[in-house]
Amino acid sequence: MNVRVLIFCLLWPLQAAAQGFAGLGSAAEGFAVPQPDPVFDFPADHGAHPDYRIEWWYLTANLEGPDGTAYGIQWTLFRSALLPETLQGWGDPQIWFAHAAVTTPQAHHVAERVARGGIGQAGVEPAPFRAWIDDWQMAGPNFDRLRVTASGPEFRYALDLQAEGPLVFHGEGGFSVKSAEGQASYYYSQPFFSVEGVLSLPKGDVPVTGQGWLDREWSSQPLSDTQSGWDWFSLSFDGGAKLMGFQLRQTDGTTYSAATWIGADGQTTSFPDGAFRARALEQTEVAGRTVPTRWQVELPDKGVDVTVSALNRAAWMDVSLPYWEGPVSVAGSHAGRGYLEMTGYE
Amino acid sequence: MTGAGFSALWSHWRRNPLQLFTLVAGLALATALWSGVQAINAEARASYDAAAQTLGEGRFDHLLPRAGETVGQDRYVALRRSGWQVSPVLEGRVFLPDNSSVRVLGIDPLTTPGGLSPVRMEAVGGLAGFLTEASLFADAETAARVDGHLEGQVVVDPSAAPGVVITDIGTAQALLGQSGRISRMIVAELQPIGLPPLDRIAPDLIRRPAQEVSDVGRLTDSFHLNLTAFGFLSFAVGIFIVHGAIGLAFEQRRGMVRTLRALGMPLGRLVWLMVAELFVLALLAGALGVVLGYLIAGFLLPDVAATLRGLYGADVAGSVRLRPSWWASGFAIALIGTGVAAAGALWQIARMPLLASARPRAWVMARGQGAWRLGALAGLLLLAALGFALWGSGLAAGFALLACLLTGAALALPLILRAVLRLAEGRARSAVWQWFWADTRQQLPSLTLALMALLLAIAANVGVSTMVSSFRLTFVGFLDQRLAPELFITADTPEQAAALEGFLASRAREVLPVNSVETQVAGLPTELFGARVGLTYRENWQFLAQGPDPWDRVGAGQAVIINEQLARRAALWVGDRIAVGPDLSLPIAGIVADYGNPIGQAVVAEAVFARLFPDQAATRFGLRSDDPAALRRALIDDFGLPEGNIVDQAQIKAFSLEVFDRTFTVTAALNVLTLAVAGFAILMSLLTLAALRVPQLAPAWALGLTRAALGRLELRRAVSLAVLTTVLALPLGLALAWVLLAVVNVEAFGWELPMYLFPLDYARLALFALLAAVLAALWPAIRLARTPPGDLLKVFANER
Repeated sequence: MNVRVLIFCLLWPLQAAAQGFAGLGSAAEGFAVPQPDPVFDFPADHGAHPDYRIEWWYLTANLEGPDGTAYGIQWTLFRSALLPETLQGWGDPQIWFAHAAVTTPQAHHVAERVARGGIGQAGVEPAPFRAWIDDWQMAGPNFDRLRVTASGPEFRYALDLQAEGPLVFHGEGGFSVKSAEGQASYYYSQPFFSVEGVLSLPKGDVPVTGQGWLDREWSSQPLSDTQSGWDWFSLSFDGGAKLMGFQLRQTDGTTYSAATWIGADGQTTSFPDGAFRARALEQTEVAGRTVPTRWQVELPDKGVDVTVSALNRAAWMDVSLPYWEGPVSVAGSHAGRGYLEMTGYE
Repeated sequence: MTGAGFSALWSHWRRNPLQLFTLVAGLALATALWSGVQAINAEARASYDAAAQTLGEGRFDHLLPRAGETVGQDRYVALRRSGWQVSPVLEGRVFLPDNSSVRVLGIDPLTTPGGLSPVRMEAVGGLAGFLTEASLFADAETAARVDGHLEGQVVVDPSAAPGVVITDIGTAQALLGQSGRISRMIVAELQPIGLPPLDRIAPDLIRRPAQEVSDVGRLTDSFHLNLTAFGFLSFAVGIFIVHGAIGLAFEQRRGMVRTLRALGMPLGRLVWLMVAELFVLALLAGALGVVLGYLIAGFLLPDVAATLRGLYGADVAGSVRLRPSWWASGFAIALIGTGVAAAGALWQIARMPLLASARPRAWVMARGQGAWRLGALAGLLLLAALGFALWGSGLAAGFALLACLLTGAALALPLILRAVLRLAEGRARSAVWQWFWADTRQQLPSLTLALMALLLAIAANVGVSTMVSSFRLTFVGFLDQRLAPELFITADTPEQAAALEGFLASRAREVLPVNSVETQVAGLPTELFGARVGLTYRENWQFLAQGPDPWDRVGAGQAVIINEQLARRAALWVGDRIAVGPDLSLPIAGIVADYGNPIGQAVVAEAVFARLFPDQAATRFGLRSDDPAALRRALIDDFGLPEGNIVDQAQIKAFSLEVFDRTFTVTAALNVLTLAVAGFAILMSLLTLAALRVPQLAPAWALGLTRAALGRLELRRAVSLAVLTTVLALPLGLALAWVLLAVVNVEAFGWELPMYLFPLDYARLALFALLAAVLAALWPAIRLARTPPGDLLKVFANER
């Protein structure tokens, strides 16, 4: 059994593989469950919530080199609790794992880390903000100014992030419903980071600038038993407006969708199931699976009808529980860039 | 025609069941000893492999503490936080109420490098169960031993290495009382770019490359080499029997062969029929041998396992599993052995002129004619052995030396015996004795093979038991030397160590810090010790080679003492200078034996050590005391040292010795078995001879020797031949022991074992050999004494 399978087992402690992605099955024994009308307490809520089963700090960024080449980076720290408590020492049931990636038009470099809480190898502290696992770190005096580092066998990067807009709350004030049965998570973002830093790649160092989007989400049962995966889009349009939209694919072939329109000033509009539509236009064979890498995305209420295309179709995250995640370009009614994440493609 | 030929061939065995029995039993015995030993070796190897797989030994580099047994887990976190992809391991022994022990192996499944598959976690509900419940994984045998004695849920996992309990590192820390400590770290193959160097993050750790980690294999190889040598010698003895039986059977069937060919059966087909017949017999005997070997292995393995565990800390399963590898090797060796034994006989049959006379006795006589050719060959082989001993180098030369020596000696045996018998004949005063010696000499050719088997069996026993006993004596001396202090204590911190030294100043006779670092000496990985030179060192350490006043000079910081491994590898000896530090080189004052240690060792004075490694404070101490029990109580009650930090030396030593004595069970059992095989060879030779010899004994009987007297003479003949062979086997056995100790051991493992002689053991062995010979000769002698006079008279009646 290798690490990959171990994590697979970790993430599937009780349920069959068909029931949801990334341990997001519906059972939540003993764990706290998100409730409507949340009142967030910052900076504490930037930190970990060990009472909830799963939580993440999820940064993606669209970057550009001096020659105009487009790059994408991902930095994600997951927390997965075996029990709703946290302890000192090896007995801590909080498991941390992280994925980092750098995507270029030609290459996609991935690295993964796994650690146990309780011994100082990984964790998150809210103020001053510090999220870390091994040598990977996202830290700064506060949540608005962060330095992000990661390294793998083929790459490393160090990026400085500066927030240029407010936090954005999805769903009903940060209570994001994920199914018709009412499964939900707490979900907010900082989509207004300007990014500057250096990517160290096999061909050498590349200074980069661009825009970053940091998602914060935690829950204990965000997926319904009948949901098998999701397609998630974070798009930044040239006019300054942004769109977060996702559809959860259900085993009966239907989808459950939700979206947040983010104005250039940070004003948000949430859209219920059905308003946001995503249709696969083109499939790519990657890592032995068929994955859509060109999409038609519509949000008619905001006049959005765009084609979303992967920068690198082979942006497969070959980690313990693999998925597709990579930078995209946007054309059509709106132009821009963004990130696409697709899970549950077997 | 083929069917008729086959039934004709088979009728021989029907008429001579004893010959058939000799053939099958000899081959089966030979195969049994060989495959029994192979089974033991295969079992041990499988156990090592399982252990190595658990730990990733031989595949991944490891980080080990430079000094001491463990480091704080903060080192692990610091390395991870700087990017190093390492995984922590904590291991240690836990003693069970029955005084046996298991090795507890604590791992962190989240970080073990990919592909390491310690246990099947599904049994405890996956990783979550492994991490959150104290689950202990062990094979069935170990699980049964620890169940109820260790805290946690015991899960049977057949893939676990024997004697090992695998658990989460947190659970292991609790079981071993090593909270916050780890033994070592496994370094993953893939590391991120831009990794800071190890000595900047954790200078107290040393990186050991993958291939150097697995010491167990190298150490235990010596033990298995001995077993294999034993197995092979036993097999050789068995093959002698088979050779004799096949030769005789073929000779007796010459008449039948002639008849069959005269009736029109082609020679080629006849030879193939005989090959097929032997093939079937070999398969039968091989199967029997493998089953016997399985029983032998099952009988010996628990002792072998205990020996290996005690000597080297290598855990081996205590029960034999049927592995295809040694099944196959058992059959293969039976077939090859039969082939070797039968090749000559088949060749003779193939060459035999159609109308050659078929006189069985001629076969026996003819064997004497080649004696001088054999003698020349023996001389050549012994010369070659001498050459290998003088000029050979390398392990291959060592084995070539062994082969030449043993074969040469076996071939020379009939010549020597013949000479001795001729001498005895010349000195005989009465006619009976003259006849006795002449008749013995005349019988020699047909007994040669059995006597060669006896020679090899005795020599192997003398050689191997000398080696094992020498090893034991040396090892005991080594234990005395290294475990002289009555108590060993460990302090948790350097501060506590300083306090302990103060506390002990008036209470212990001597306080000996055990302070060492892993470093490079003369460019080789070496453990450097700082010693507080005192009476203990002076009285207990024995040198392989030494200059004047070694300890005085070491104590004064003017010299260094190194172990044999370092001396041999660096090609340095007493008086040479060796660089122990960046700008310090000292002359070597003495060289000590250091058994079972794969790396070099160097001992300098405490002060020199402190100058070289100022940050390295001793936290382990050996204590000399006249009343260790009182000192132990004082340490626990008055000083407050945890009981787990004190180790009683007597316990360790008793344990080691008990284990070593188990080795003797194995050796003794193999001794008995090989001697039994040789005795069997003599019995069979005498039995087959008995019938043939009636015509030669009849005249002696007619001249007035009673049958009882003839029987006694037969017995005496067997005894005198056995005595002669034994006397010749002793020097051969000692030569064998010398080759094993001084040549093979040095080439294979880098250290020489001093050879000790054990005259009492040899006397006992000689007695056993004689006993075997007497027992073997008894039945034929009794049969002779009871031969009906009519049979003896018939000899004259039938004489043509």
